[in-house]
Parts: sequence; C-alpha cells; structure tokens
Amino acid sequence: MLIIKNLHAEVEDKKILKGIDLTVNAGEIHAIMGPNGSGKSSLASVLAGRESYQVTEGEVLFEGKNLLEMEPETRAREGLFLAFQYPIEIPGVSNINFLKTAIGEIRTYKGLPPMDAKEFLRLTREKQKLVEFDAQLVNRSLNEGFSGGEKKRNEIFQLAMLQPSLSILDETDSGLDIDALRIVAQGVNKLRSDKNAFIIITHYQRLLEYIIPDFVHVLYNGRIVKSGTKELALELEEKGYDWLKEESREQEATTI
Amino acid sequence: MNVLQEQTIPLYGRIVEKYSKLSTTAASQQARQSAFHRFQLLGFPTIKNEDWKYTNITRFLKDEYALEAPSAGAPAELSELLAKAAIPDLDCYGIVLVNGVWDGKIEGGELPKGIELHRVSDALSQPGDLFTNDNWGNLHFAALNAALYTDGLFIRVAANIVIEKPLHIVHVYTSDYNLMVQPRHLWIVDRNAQLSVIESTVSGLSGEVKIWVNNLTEIIVHNDAKLDHVNLQTAATGTRLVQQTIVHQKKQSLYNSYTFTLPGADLVRNDLQARLEEDHTETHLYGLYLTAGDQLVDNHTLVDHQKPHCFSNELYKGVLLERSTGVFNGKVYVHKDAQKTNAFQQNNNLVIGKKATIDSKPELEIFADDVKCSHGSTVGQFSEDALFYLRARGIGEATAKALLINAFAFDVTEKIKFPAVETYINQQISHHIPVNHAG
Repeated sequence: MLIIKNLHAEVEDKKILKGIDLTVNAGEIHAIMGPNGSGKSSLASVLAGRESYQVTEGEVLFEGKNLLEMEPETRAREGLFLAFQYPIEIPGVSNINFLKTAIGEIRTYKGLPPMDAKEFLRLTREKQKLVEFDAQLVNRSLNEGFSGGEKKRNEIFQLAMLQPSLSILDETDSGLDIDALRIVAQGVNKLRSDKNAFIIITHYQRLLEYIIPDFVHVLYNGRIVKSGTKELALELEEKGYDWLKEESREQEATTI
Repeated sequence: MNVLQEQTIPLYGRIVEKYSKLSTTAASQQARQSAFHRFQLLGFPTIKNEDWKYTNITRFLKDEYALEAPSAGAPAELSELLAKAAIPDLDCYGIVLVNGVWDGKIEGGELPKGIELHRVSDALSQPGDLFTNDNWGNLHFAALNAALYTDGLFIRVAANIVIEKPLHIVHVYTSDYNLMVQPRHLWIVDRNAQLSVIESTVSGLSGEVKIWVNNLTEIIVHNDAKLDHVNLQTAATGTRLVQQTIVHQKKQSLYNSYTFTLPGADLVRNDLQARLEEDHTETHLYGLYLTAGDQLVDNHTLVDHQKPHCFSNELYKGVLLERSTGVFNGKVYVHKDAQKTNAFQQNNNLVIGKKATIDSKPELEIFADDVKCSHGSTVGQFSEDALFYLRARGIGEATAKALLINAFAFDVTEKIKFPAVETYINQQISHHIPVNHAG
C-alpha cells in the first residue's frame, strides 16, 4: 500500500528526514515512536503534502502511484488520511457542511455519483455512534470551542466518515485523558480491516495498549533506527529512549 | 465658484444648466436653492477632501452624463434584471423602481393598513415641503441630489403598526446612453411601529454605457420604533453608485442596517449616517463588501452619539479579490452630552487579490467622559493552516478558499434575520468566488 524509499526532507533548509525506508501493507498497523524532535510529525506532514516541507531525495509510492507529485487534496482523494496533532478551528464552516463538501469532492474525483442527503445522514449517524462523537458537535462550527479531546475525537469521526485506505494518526493520544484515549482506540479498532492500514505516531506506549500494532519503529534524528514488534514499545516504555540514542550514535560513529 | 471644475468636468456644466431650467414648487424652492449653493461651494469631491482621500473619482467624472432619464416604459432587459434581484422563498411585498421612478405596482398582495407608499414626485405637488431641511455638511453628492432630485419613494408606517412581511424594493438602473440619476427617498417609521426593508440595486447597461446613481435616502425612526434595513448592492460594471443614507433616530428607537456590496459596479460609495438624536437608542450596522475586478468600494459610516444612554455596534467585513480597492472609514462621534454611551466598532479584511488594497480607518471622537467605546481593524490573508486542513480532507483548493471566504463572511451574514436573504447572500458570495479569483 505504502512504500517509502530513502526519504529525505527539509524545512527552511533544515534537514529533518534523513533517509526513511518503510513499507506498509493493507491490514497492518505500524506504530512510529521516538523522542521529541526526531521527525515523527514531519514524516506525517510530508506524507500529507504540507507545502512548507521540501522533499530533497527519495520516493513514496501509494497504491503504486507517486505520492509526492500529488496535491494534498489528491492524496486525500486517493485514500490517505492524516489525523492532525493540532486540528484547526474554522469558525463559520460547519462540521457537517465540511464533511459533505469533502465527501462530495472525493466522490467526484472517483467518478462516483453524489451521495444523496438521506444516505449522508445515515452514514453520519452510524459513524458518529461508532466513535462516540457527540451529535451536537457534528452541527457546530468546525472544531470551534471544542476541548482538546473533542477535537481529537472529531479527527477520528472524520476518519470514519471518509473511509481512507491509509490513516496516519499524528500524536492523536497527546492531551487525551484515559477515557478519551479508550474511545479513540476503540474507534480505530472498529474501523481497522484487512483492506486498510494505519500508521500511529506516538510519543508514549499507552495508546498501544489499546491499539495493538503489528510493527513498531523508532525514529531518531530523521531515521528509523530500530524496528520490531509490539514488544519493542514495551521495552521503550521501560528503558526510555536514551539507550537507543546511544546505540544510534555509536552506529553513526562506526559508519564514519 | 469651482471655475476649474466647471471647465474640466463636463457634468458640472450640465448640472448648472439643469438647475437653471428646473421647474420647482415654491415649497421646495428654498431648500433646493440652499442645497445647490452648498454643492457649488463643495464642488465634486477630490482626494484633497479628507472624506475622499482614498477614493479618487476623477476617472469616473471624465465621462459625460446626461441628466434626463429615458422616458418611462419597461426596458427590454427588465425581466432579466428582476430575476437577478429576486430572492427565492422570500415572503415579501415587492416593488420596482426603474431609474428611481416607481410604477405604483405592488407584488405579494395588498399592503396592510397603516403603511403608505407614494412617489416623491406626487408628494411634491402637494403644499409644504416633504423633506426636512439639512445643510448637507460635507456631503457633496447629497447636496447635489437635494438640489436636483425629481423622484423617489416615500414610505410611512403609522404609529403602533407592525408590518410583518418585509418590503423588497428593487432599484433597476438602465439606460442606452450615459446617464446620472438622482433618486431621493424619505421613509418614516412612526412611534412604536416596525418595518423591514430589503433593497436590491441592479443595473443593465449595454456596451460602454455608464450610469451614475446619486441616491439619497433619509429615514426617521421615531420613538420606540424599529427598522431593519438590508441593502443588496449587485449593480453591474459601468455603474457608479453613490448611496447616502441618513438615519434620524428618536428616543428608544432601533435601527439595524445590513449592507452587502458584491462585484460589479465600478464605484460604490456608501455614506451611512446614524444620527442618534435622542436618548436610549440602539443601532447595529453590519456590512460586507466582496470586491473584484477594478472595483472601488468605499464605506463611510458615521454614528453620531448626540444624547446619553445610546448603544451602537458596528461590524464591517471585507473580502478583496483581484485588483479591487476597498475603503472603510468608521467614524464614531460622541458628543459631550452623550454620557453612558456604548459604541463598538470592528472592521476585518481579507485581502486575497495580489493587487487588491484596503484602506481601513477607524475614527473615534469622544467628548463625553463616561462612555464605553472600542474599535478594531484587521487586514489579513488566508490562513495557510486552515487551507491545508481542508485540502487534507480532499477538498480542492478553490472550494477550500470559497469555504473560508464564506466562513469569514459568516459573522455578518448570520446577522440577517430573514433566512431566505441569508441563503441568497451566501449563494451570491459563492457565485463570485470562482477558481481564477482566488489567486
């Protein structure tokens, strides 16, 4: 589904990603962990197409297509979804109108007929229940005045509505209390299937107690320095990141 | 006086000529004479006049304009223009003025008791002057209008009468040759009466024809009375629209104004003055200007707090596309006597066109010491973060920008109390934001 090869990227001439290799197949959940400033969120931004990031080297194939050549909206229409670490408040755009517009444009892109109002309403109700998203929030302005937890749940609600094939959750767990965390995790678990995939970016291991990843990767200094299974996450929880930092410095030293 | 203008502006000479030939009733003669002298003293405004510093009308005055409107009779494109002005699903009384003249017809059923509508030209033949006297201060065009007007619409709502359905007035301006029209209106909402007026201004001009509309509307809102006043300015290219609205508010009256200016007219200058002549009044002025092409749209407002315990709130928002120019000048004048005044003002602008400009100028003059006044002015561009967020959900750039513009305008559009009008406005806004405008 997603193949990242030797991806290098920079922002304002600062090198952020220094050669990422990652392959994600349908049905898989990958967790990307790492200390602050290691490039986790940058990777998410580059994949979603944020314009402030320049890709300087490498390639990314999404369902066999060159992802990096696509506009952000095209990536979304092709089935890529980024759950934002900091969802934006847009007063004056209602949540529901926003989703209607997004679904409309995605369907047009795919050559599908517009979704009728009844079907849209049914879908909204179903998904809103699935992720336990307050019906009143659905009709409010997009994220305006939402609490941190409500914003994150709205991201998962949007994910449920748009039904992407690849979802990237960028620190969705940060700022969530344990109940909100469980609701978000349950939402993801209900939405996962053998046809879609998730990349979960997180600083802490606790989200991974609820969403069991197939693979765990540790990002440090713009590179994936270690990959493993869910046990790696536990190890990180126990030992912190320092031992990895040491290890990667040693590796770097030997390559030089 | 104004020898230079007389020599350089062809319209000026025509005005002098027209005035000399004007047949007028004795009652209005003196008022016309003093207004004409005022205009002669002021001349046409130039950028040397403080109130016109950012609005240079020289290029519009280079064209010649006739002062005689084509003879009555429905113009060919009338139905098309009326269709443009029609607000779907709005339950209202509807009337149409062509070049400032009402044909006397009313759509939407018979008017209820207590409201009367007349042609100003009919009222002029009656004894006594219809209009109150005014010295016109620095209102160049109002003075000109008061000297030369020939027709307009007179409305009076009798005391204690509530007119439930809004009155939709469609102003159609059309001509085969360059023309200046000067309608003058007077609307009176008597004690404890209520009225809603929705005005639409449309124009149909062929080829290079220009039309200058010099409109003067005086409104008196008496004690405890209420007027909602929506202005939808959707005139076409070739139109130069100067719209002066002077509102006299009496004790405990409420006046709500909603002014929407959309792409089209070359020049729009709105002078809106709320004169709070007695205490405990309430005034809300909302405005939205969406400008495009080479448009020049200028909103000059004055809230004149003359008496104590009055409340005024003003919110104007601007979206400037392409090479258009916007001007906002919001003056709040609090007289020495006007203690316990609450006066708030806000002007926000979204400058989208690379060559678009906005001059925003709040002007507060406060001579009372126990008042609450605030003002704010912002000029900004699209939020890149908001744009990216929408695009990351599959919404194309053009649609995303249209959504953000609608959202920006929302604070103003949501204030309209008629859902049909709000829908109409939102559609008009969306209609004017195609892909190529957004760059």
